[in-house]
Amino acid sequence: MTSASKTNDTALFLFFIFMVIAGPILLAPIGASYPDLLQKFAIFGIFAIGFNILFGLTGYLSFGHAAFLGVGSYAAVWMFKLLSYNVLPALVLSVVVAGLFSVVIGYISLRRSGIYFSILTLAFAQMMFNIAYSVATPITNGETGLQIYNDDPQWLQGADSPLTTNLFGLKMNDVFWRPEYLGFEAQFNVGYYFCAIFLIIAFYVALRINRSPFGMMLRAIKTNQNRLNYTGISTRPYTLAAFVISGMYAGLAGGLWACMDPLAGAERMQWTASGEVVLMTILGGAGTMLGPVLGAGFIKYFEAIFSKINDQVLHSVFSFMPEGADNFIVAIVHPFVGKGWHLTLGLLFMVIVIFLPGGLIGGLTRLGRLFRRGQSDSAGRR
Amino acid sequence: MKILEVRGVNKRFGGLQALNDVNLSVEDGGVHAIIGPNGAGKSTLLNCFVGRLTPDSGSVTFNGQSLLGIKPHEINQAGVSRVFQTPEIFTDLTVLENVMIPALAHRDGAFRLNPMRRLRDEGIIRQKAIDVLEDIGLEESLDMVAASMYRGDKRRLEMAMGLVQDPKLLLLDEPTAGMSRADTNNTIDVLRHISDTRGITMVIIEHDMHVVFSLADRISVLAQGGVIAEDVPGNIKGNPKVQEAYLGGAH
Amino acid sequence: MDAVLLQILNGLDKGSAYALIALGLTLIFGTLGVVNFAHGALFMIGAFCAVTLNKVFALSSVAIDPVKTDFLGNPLKVKTPYLEKWFGDFGSLLMDWSVPLAILVSIPVMLLIGFVMERGLIRHFYKRPHADQILVTFGLAIVLQEIVKAFYGANPIQTPAPAAFVGTLDIGVMLGFAQNAISYPYWRLVYFCFACLVIFCVFAFLQFTTFGMVVRAGMADRETVGLLGININKKFTIMFGLAACVAGMAGVMYTPINSPNYHMGMDFLVLSFVVVVVGGMGSLPGAVLAGFLLGILESFASMNEVKQFFESIYLPSIDQVIIYLVAVIVLLVRPRGLMGRKGVMEE
Repeated sequence: MTSASKTNDTALFLFFIFMVIAGPILLAPIGASYPDLLQKFAIFGIFAIGFNILFGLTGYLSFGHAAFLGVGSYAAVWMFKLLSYNVLPALVLSVVVAGLFSVVIGYISLRRSGIYFSILTLAFAQMMFNIAYSVATPITNGETGLQIYNDDPQWLQGADSPLTTNLFGLKMNDVFWRPEYLGFEAQFNVGYYFCAIFLIIAFYVALRINRSPFGMMLRAIKTNQNRLNYTGISTRPYTLAAFVISGMYAGLAGGLWACMDPLAGAERMQWTASGEVVLMTILGGAGTMLGPVLGAGFIKYFEAIFSKINDQVLHSVFSFMPEGADNFIVAIVHPFVGKGWHLTLGLLFMVIVIFLPGGLIGGLTRLGRLFRRGQSDSAGRR
Repeated sequence: MKILEVRGVNKRFGGLQALNDVNLSVEDGGVHAIIGPNGAGKSTLLNCFVGRLTPDSGSVTFNGQSLLGIKPHEINQAGVSRVFQTPEIFTDLTVLENVMIPALAHRDGAFRLNPMRRLRDEGIIRQKAIDVLEDIGLEESLDMVAASMYRGDKRRLEMAMGLVQDPKLLLLDEPTAGMSRADTNNTIDVLRHISDTRGITMVIIEHDMHVVFSLADRISVLAQGGVIAEDVPGNIKGNPKVQEAYLGGAH
Repeated sequence: MDAVLLQILNGLDKGSAYALIALGLTLIFGTLGVVNFAHGALFMIGAFCAVTLNKVFALSSVAIDPVKTDFLGNPLKVKTPYLEKWFGDFGSLLMDWSVPLAILVSIPVMLLIGFVMERGLIRHFYKRPHADQILVTFGLAIVLQEIVKAFYGANPIQTPAPAAFVGTLDIGVMLGFAQNAISYPYWRLVYFCFACLVIFCVFAFLQFTTFGMVVRAGMADRETVGLLGININKKFTIMFGLAACVAGMAGVMYTPINSPNYHMGMDFLVLSFVVVVVGGMGSLPGAVLAGFLLGILESFASMNEVKQFFESIYLPSIDQVIIYLVAVIVLLVRPRGLMGRKGVMEE
């Protein structure tokens, strides 16, 4: 807010843009530079940034945000089915529909705060999941999931436009450049950069919200909602606005997901998915700007890595150990990798909440402060 | 002209009659003190003014508008601000932000959706907040996080949050409780100065008779849930009912 | 009329499970002020106590029977459960009764888990924000269910009730309806009676013991009880163990009704939360009442006639969402729930 923090914000934003654009190159050494994972980084980054606007700023812990992501996906796929494979109308509809749903759910859930709010959002998400899974089968195609068939109308689909999601002919799954450096391959993909544009916009908007009078009110709600009421502020519209904004972020993320892979299924709306975005946010650091993106990247990366590890991989990793010992280690590690990824996720959840309430960013800040204090202490002694 | 009119207010908590047919009127301008022994119902009465409690019967009108049945933020928007006895501040925010929030509430109303407006562009509001903080002696700690302030400073911040709204009526709940003598005198001067220059009507609940008699233009005495006297300070001291309430109640 | 009765009965077993879980949730919330997202996992662990005992009892020695051969003429391997080998008929009886016997196993197991959870984890979160409490118990729920999954796999495991309770009771005939109009499985009746017994015991315990008095006082006003110098911490631990026990026993007895799987806890938890909200946060009778009511309601919504009616007004598969709809309506019309105390829900 002072001029110093103004330059800080600009620097932060420029740093963010650089990281996102250089993503494929920077992530190649850790084996993450392939379209599918890069797109997930961007999509879940948007999801977590949006979630942070609600949870990080106002402190309202929603356990149902995956519902809006799912709704966004369904809306997008329907646009593909009805209009064409062009991604723009799909994204517009997914944001609008998710916004509408979040107005209704937010309006009801926000009549309560604290744990009641969490329980209500959880119940709503579970209801939406049930609806998507069985009740509204004509719209969601139930268990199978919504996908595009040859006999779908696609009224606006041009004769020569590609038969895959595209932006005016630019195919989302195109990899337009595969440079190799230092023995690593980086893949530059249209879909990733399309998502990246939205990620950058999403980050910018969140940054502006955080630094606006509106954002200040949201932070005040987290600290002392009661006092705010006696200060002449009606807090409910503020929380509802934050809820809807974060719901629209989730819708955008869901829409983008469908744009990258034109499918939508009910499992995207399950409580585990809602829990995952909570974890991303707290892992990175709720209320911080970079934290949620960092957390999303962290989780998605390790999910991709851990899920791929099977016993063979483990044996080859621990093959340097003496016979027997490696079997023992593999047996210990086994439950945490591959299909056991969720166990690791749950443990991570607990560890972060217990030992690192500020998340990664909070931890780094504390470290930095300790370091600086140490320096100034020694300076003082001199 | 009367700015605040209280007529026949009753409030029961279970078996306790906290307020018993309270009648009170506060003149526009000046400082009106409400005093009384512990448990006389002073805080309950104040809570009825700001919508924290609803009386069982009776009426509370502010400038002819009823304050009953409307939400706390609406009462504040009507021009009634309250300064809390135990500091109710936004501990995670900076001192300046703490004062900017009520200032924004005063200018923009109960809700304004302006997520893309920069807080640092709010120059007028910022200046107003800084001015008030200067008045109250907190200009040194603008960017300090409120949680890390001294207790006395928190109370002053609390007062700044009320003052920055230029309320028509400011309710102060024991503004000097727990302050040192020097701080108390300082606070008296600040309140006197603000009352004289800005024309804000104040209602003060106070134990400290030194504060009451240095500030108040009129005094109401509350005892056992009812108003037993209302007069200018000079007459209150000699009032036998008041003496009995303060001394007789102890026997 | 008979159809209505049948639906009420059908709703009772699920309602019992909701009521028992919601009771534990409310006890924990009311005394400790913590919302336990891992409570469903405790229910699930209870169910797997039954599965484990069932499997342990079924441990068999394998012998090759030279007399019997399979259709290819190879000698047949015959499994003889150790229990049968050692105890004969009594052993078979034990095996048959593994589910009710699992109650005895589950009580110490659940108490232990409850104590460890409270001492090791929950205790350190009393003073942390509610969000942290929710998150850490949520993480624990995931961990517990994944551990169970790692041991028992993802598929439901059949755990039958004792043979004596297989079959149905024709209640309709007793009440003068046609034969087979209302036939009700014995085990569901057992489950309902069991639930009533547990609920009765919990209430009696709270009503007639000094311990219960302190707990009730704590639920009404936690700070005051703390000020009285009563060692509330120890009582909290016991309370938590008790609630875990109730959930565990509910899980044990539920296994013959629905084959347990690793995610049954979370499925029940979400609905139990709804039950708690509808019943009134912090109200024990409210939790029990709402549990049964919602169970019965769910069962009614799955009646064909009701379904068809709702389909005709474009609300298909009403049974899947009815509970949530009711919760929303209750919340809008009566925010503190059916029996909630004033002020508890109204923040």
